[in-house]
Amino acid sequence: MPGPGDRFDPVAIRKVCGVETEYGIVLRGGGESNPIAASSMLINAYVSSLRQRVSWDFEDESPGNDARGFSVDGAMPPEVETHLVNAVLTNGARYYVDHAHPELSTPECADAREVVVWDKAAERVLIASMEAAQPLLPAGQEILVHKNNSDGKGNSYGCHENYLMDRAVPFGRIVHGIMPFFVTRQLFAGAGKVGCEAPGTPSSEVPFQLSQRADFFEEEVGLETTLKRPIVNTRDEPHCDAQKYRRLHVIVGDANLSEIATYLKVGTTALVLAMIEDDELPRDLSLAAPVQALRKVSWDTTLAQPLELADGTTMTALDMQWQYLDYAKKYAEARGLEAVGEEVGADVLRRWEQVLSGLETDVMSLAGQLDWVAKYRLFEGYRARDGIGWDDTRFRALDLQYHDLRPDRSLHERLRMERLVGDDEVTAAMTEPPTTTRAYFRGKCLQKWASAIVAANWDSLVFDVGGDPLRRVPMMEPLRGTAAHVDALLEQCASPAELLEQLGA
Amino acid sequence: MAEREQKRKPQPQRQDDEAVEDAPATSEKGEKIKAELDDLLDEIDSVLEESAEEFVRSYVQKGGQ
Repeated sequence: MPGPGDRFDPVAIRKVCGVETEYGIVLRGGGESNPIAASSMLINAYVSSLRQRVSWDFEDESPGNDARGFSVDGAMPPEVETHLVNAVLTNGARYYVDHAHPELSTPECADAREVVVWDKAAERVLIASMEAAQPLLPAGQEILVHKNNSDGKGNSYGCHENYLMDRAVPFGRIVHGIMPFFVTRQLFAGAGKVGCEAPGTPSSEVPFQLSQRADFFEEEVGLETTLKRPIVNTRDEPHCDAQKYRRLHVIVGDANLSEIATYLKVGTTALVLAMIEDDELPRDLSLAAPVQALRKVSWDTTLAQPLELADGTTMTALDMQWQYLDYAKKYAEARGLEAVGEEVGADVLRRWEQVLSGLETDVMSLAGQLDWVAKYRLFEGYRARDGIGWDDTRFRALDLQYHDLRPDRSLHERLRMERLVGDDEVTAAMTEPPTTTRAYFRGKCLQKWASAIVAANWDSLVFDVGGDPLRRVPMMEPLRGTAAHVDALLEQCASPAELLEQLGA
Repeated sequence: MAEREQKRKPQPQRQDDEAVEDAPATSEKGEKIKAELDDLLDEIDSVLEESAEEFVRSYVQKGGQ
């Protein structure tokens, strides 16, 4: 009979993860704004500046598959728009136009720290894109890009996370375990927002809230992404071996500029998902009304409002986070943190605890680490100095400019918040893939043989080696195709034809 | 977590309980923090968009995912 001190073999698989961000885009001085044209132009300008171009291969995309076990043909599933600009970069990322926004999806990463590196690299790609596009614009025009999720006029766009999970885990268990966590992680992952856009609640009642996205979520579980947004999204499109794996597609988060916030958002979520996979969440923390609770947490800057659980008890969001942290620490003891990376996992635990302590005793002490607190401190400073009220338009302008990616205008840049990763590694990550996932194989093949690669998507590369039919190399395992697996092979192959021969493709 | 003591001040406004003991009204540390923030605000003033009204009014996005 196993005892409390026993170590169990973990079954949780490595939480390969990534983030895909839809950026806000404005063409200034251009009269009537066409965001699709502006986004296309932005991406094309960047790609042209690199002189490499490989297009996306849509054949295996199936966004209408629902994780609850059915295919949705009639109910407006997300569309895959095949005629819009789409590029794959040599760092393994995908850069494309989606729903009238430029969108960049990081390559597959092995841990939360890698996600921060490639997410910051993505920002740099957008900045380089603005610079590449500028000389191509008529005089007086400028493209502005914002890393945010809300325009203050009822429209929202996402920053989605993706996590690799074991297919064998029942989807219902994932929903139960992760729902209360998604509702409450805004405490450190929220990017902050001036005003409120929930129907029936004016900004005078909620002048500032923790999350950009909370007002736009109306359902608990569902397939939609553009309306009636669900806290837990059921999109079932693993882009890898569907018998073995699930890709959990998370749409509820804010885009973060703070490296610490991104790190914690992804690191803690990966950890909770590993616990769910190993069935190590002992208590059902289900909320009585998750959608209501999501807004309640976002709107409550005192962090003191109790939330009703389904079992009739109450808990504050902060206490709920303490509970998850407590389970995570016990999990680390019992099973180890291999699933999220031992070192990164331990660091995430440490920082998670530090942040929760800060939220409990002195929120403003976290202004160097959390986006919403940084904003709040800035706004409070203006209120005190200039004696203006929350309804002053300047706050909305500050709220936007915090997320402006132009380095000389970005308010986030001015705040000089705590860094996690170095500038050199971020620069390298604009063109180099992670060494730890199949992104490595994709990125390196693109670096060496872009002209022979006709198309790429997450789970394959399609080569044209001349004369033969096109050759597809499947990449169904996210953890194969790493540097350790393929470096020697790529080194010794002088041509893609040779590579294909070696792979037996 | 029932045992956890809830030191719940109205957050996130900073409540300098200690300031009551310090005389004069603002502590030296409080002054320094305020001065740093004022410097930051001055710096930010210099990069703010010219017309807040105009920029906020014109910032519209299409809905995404």
